Amino acid sequence: MSNAPVYINGLGIISPQKTLEKSAFLENVTGSETNILKCREPNYKDFVSGDLVRRMSRLIKMGISASKVCLQDAECQNPDAIITGTGLGCIEDTEKFLTTMINNNEEFLTPTSFIQSTHNTVGAQIALLLKCHNYNITYVHRGFSFETALLDARLQIQESDFINVLIGGMDELTTNSFNITYRLGHWKRKPVNNLRLLEFKTKGSIAGEGAAFFLVSKDRSSKTYSAISDQLMILKPKSAHEIITKCSAMLERNNLSTNGIDLVILGLNGDFQKDKIYEEFLTVFPDSDQVYFKHLSGEYQTASAFGLWLGSVILQRQSVPEVVRLKGKFDQPIRKILLYNHYQNLNHSMILLSQVS
Amino acid sequence: MTKRIYITGIGIISAIGNNVEEVEQSLLAERSGLNGITLFPTIHKDKLPLAEVKLSNEQMVELCGKESDRFLTRTSLLGMIAGKEAVTNSGVNLEDGFKTGLISATTVGGMDRTEGFYKEYLSDPSKGRLRDIVNHDCGDSTERIADYLGISDFITTVSTACSSSANSLMLGAMLIKSGMAERVIAGGTDSLTRFTLNGFNTLMIIDKNGCKPFDENRAGLTIGEGAAFLVLESEELVRTLKRPVLAELTGYGNANDAYHQTASSPEGKGAILAIEKAFLVSGLKPSDISYINVHGTGTLNNDLSEGLAVEKIFGSDVPPFSSTKSYTGHTLGAAGAIEAVISILAVKNNCIFPNLNWAAPMKELSIRPVKNIIKNYEVNHVLSNSFGFGGNNSSLILSKP
Repeated sequence: MSNAPVYINGLGIISPQKTLEKSAFLENVTGSETNILKCREPNYKDFVSGDLVRRMSRLIKMGISASKVCLQDAECQNPDAIITGTGLGCIEDTEKFLTTMINNNEEFLTPTSFIQSTHNTVGAQIALLLKCHNYNITYVHRGFSFETALLDARLQIQESDFINVLIGGMDELTTNSFNITYRLGHWKRKPVNNLRLLEFKTKGSIAGEGAAFFLVSKDRSSKTYSAISDQLMILKPKSAHEIITKCSAMLERNNLSTNGIDLVILGLNGDFQKDKIYEEFLTVFPDSDQVYFKHLSGEYQTASAFGLWLGSVILQRQSVPEVVRLKGKFDQPIRKILLYNHYQNLNHSMILLSQVS
Repeated sequence: MTKRIYITGIGIISAIGNNVEEVEQSLLAERSGLNGITLFPTIHKDKLPLAEVKLSNEQMVELCGKESDRFLTRTSLLGMIAGKEAVTNSGVNLEDGFKTGLISATTVGGMDRTEGFYKEYLSDPSKGRLRDIVNHDCGDSTERIADYLGISDFITTVSTACSSSANSLMLGAMLIKSGMAERVIAGGTDSLTRFTLNGFNTLMIIDKNGCKPFDENRAGLTIGEGAAFLVLESEELVRTLKRPVLAELTGYGNANDAYHQTASSPEGKGAILAIEKAFLVSGLKPSDISYINVHGTGTLNNDLSEGLAVEKIFGSDVPPFSSTKSYTGHTLGAAGAIEAVISILAVKNNCIFPNLNWAAPMKELSIRPVKNIIKNYEVNHVLSNSFGFGGNNSSLILSKP
């Protein structure tokens, strides 16, 4: 793959924060004491006609609305590809069909929730509404779901002459999915205030959800937020050393060293054990400012999409909201950002972002 | 984009055999794998057919050789067996230092065990064994297969309904062409579950008598299960390591029908676009195709729409075609890779496998599928179609090396 960057020319994101409106940038953030961060949902009828809205489940509505905002933002009518990433897809529909099947002993079932439980539903519904016949793929690999969507977009732009690719990362939280992952030890046992997430040195994180879309383009536009030059996906790394070595190699092939990174965005999620790897990683970035975001988004498989949104807006605005600042002076221009996230210490990923001046 | 993608190994497990050799024998003997339901208790037992892999989970654990795998999902076990066979079949040494990726595809993931968990969970949210839910997500099976094969350079999972594993082959080709990987094991795996059986049954597209693709009296599909993986290697690697080549992946294309969430457009627009893209990538033209392994699910809607698309593309000169789902059932996320393997077996044997259970031509079409096996037929290029929910249409072209 060549080193030619791709550009983020549009954004649309529904998250637990007020992120869909472009006027403010993480001011008046939401605080919660429930260990659950649910999305601030818009009035969906602003995005999809009433008839259609009624039939769609929540993740479909979130995905469609966020993608619409993104395409409008980029002034793009019809992308050359729609590529989505999701850990569990429309889990609410999956639960609904499964529950009815079990409770009714396989009788009196209706197909809607089964149809919508298919993982590519959101990408397909976007295509259907746009009448977009182009390349349409969905990736479903835990903490690599959104990352593969981005990688595929970069591959298609560099190898297949695509100009504009719509990518999105999305996952929804349901009562059942929270309960089950709580039992699996994903979430903190005691309720914490999300805005003080890193103060509690305990196991587990807080649960979140979101739908974030980006228009990834071959060329810059007047709307360009950031450039993406490279990315890394590391499966089950054996040590922090392996991560640092691979990161250094990526920076090197982009003619950068660790001290060329102005800002590091970290996927810290408050789990004191799983967060340790970030601390080890940071030892090679002593001079970079540090930012975190999962106290605002919560943890989910495609949370890195929230991180990419954050990094892109920081680069465009050249300002870092107080609420995401972890450590640093924050007094220099921000030209290069490294986003580093991991999901359950299984899927580690990095995205290298640059300012477009 | 002139780099070539070679296939140097194949692995398969399906209703017609637990490995390449058994599958090949069944295809040549025109032996269908459709059967009555034995895998799980269901009210549809003795009423609907399935195409089950004829091994229990315990037997598959034994084949995989690790007792600790007994809590794995059926989807993982199927994938591990087919993935391992592909690697063994290719003779590749995964520890030779060349960058290797694994791309799998699945639609149900670990749903087979989730169903058991959920039944208990619904009666009491503190109940249900966690080991039965922890492997639910689609990515889990891929990580199990990767661990089993020893692959960690690149790994991901595709899920685009019934075209999933055709798309994992496409991404594999792109990774190699871009230089991001030198070798990719790509394919897919899906096990049968009550969830999918009931899902398709609510759509009223399951044929009680077994699928009869492209037959005037067809009444739907038969759901199957299985897994298949293909070892894709770069031209350079094949040359440097003097690797034996089974076939070449010359063309691929994906397009969206953008017509309806589950139904195909009457004229097969997405199918036509996907096939045209595959021709564009390969540089081949319709007259170069020796055989079409059609998607051919046996539903009223698919076969008509796909048939019209084929007539549109090939005009009056449609090559022999068949749906091998009459052998394997519709293996959903695994279908694209399973049919890619069957296409390679057609190339290897110079043979066109028939569309079993076919009797009457569709009145809307001027074309009819291959009814009896055709042997000693030069098969140089095979077009393989895989179409899925969400209007997801993919076509691959597999060629004699």
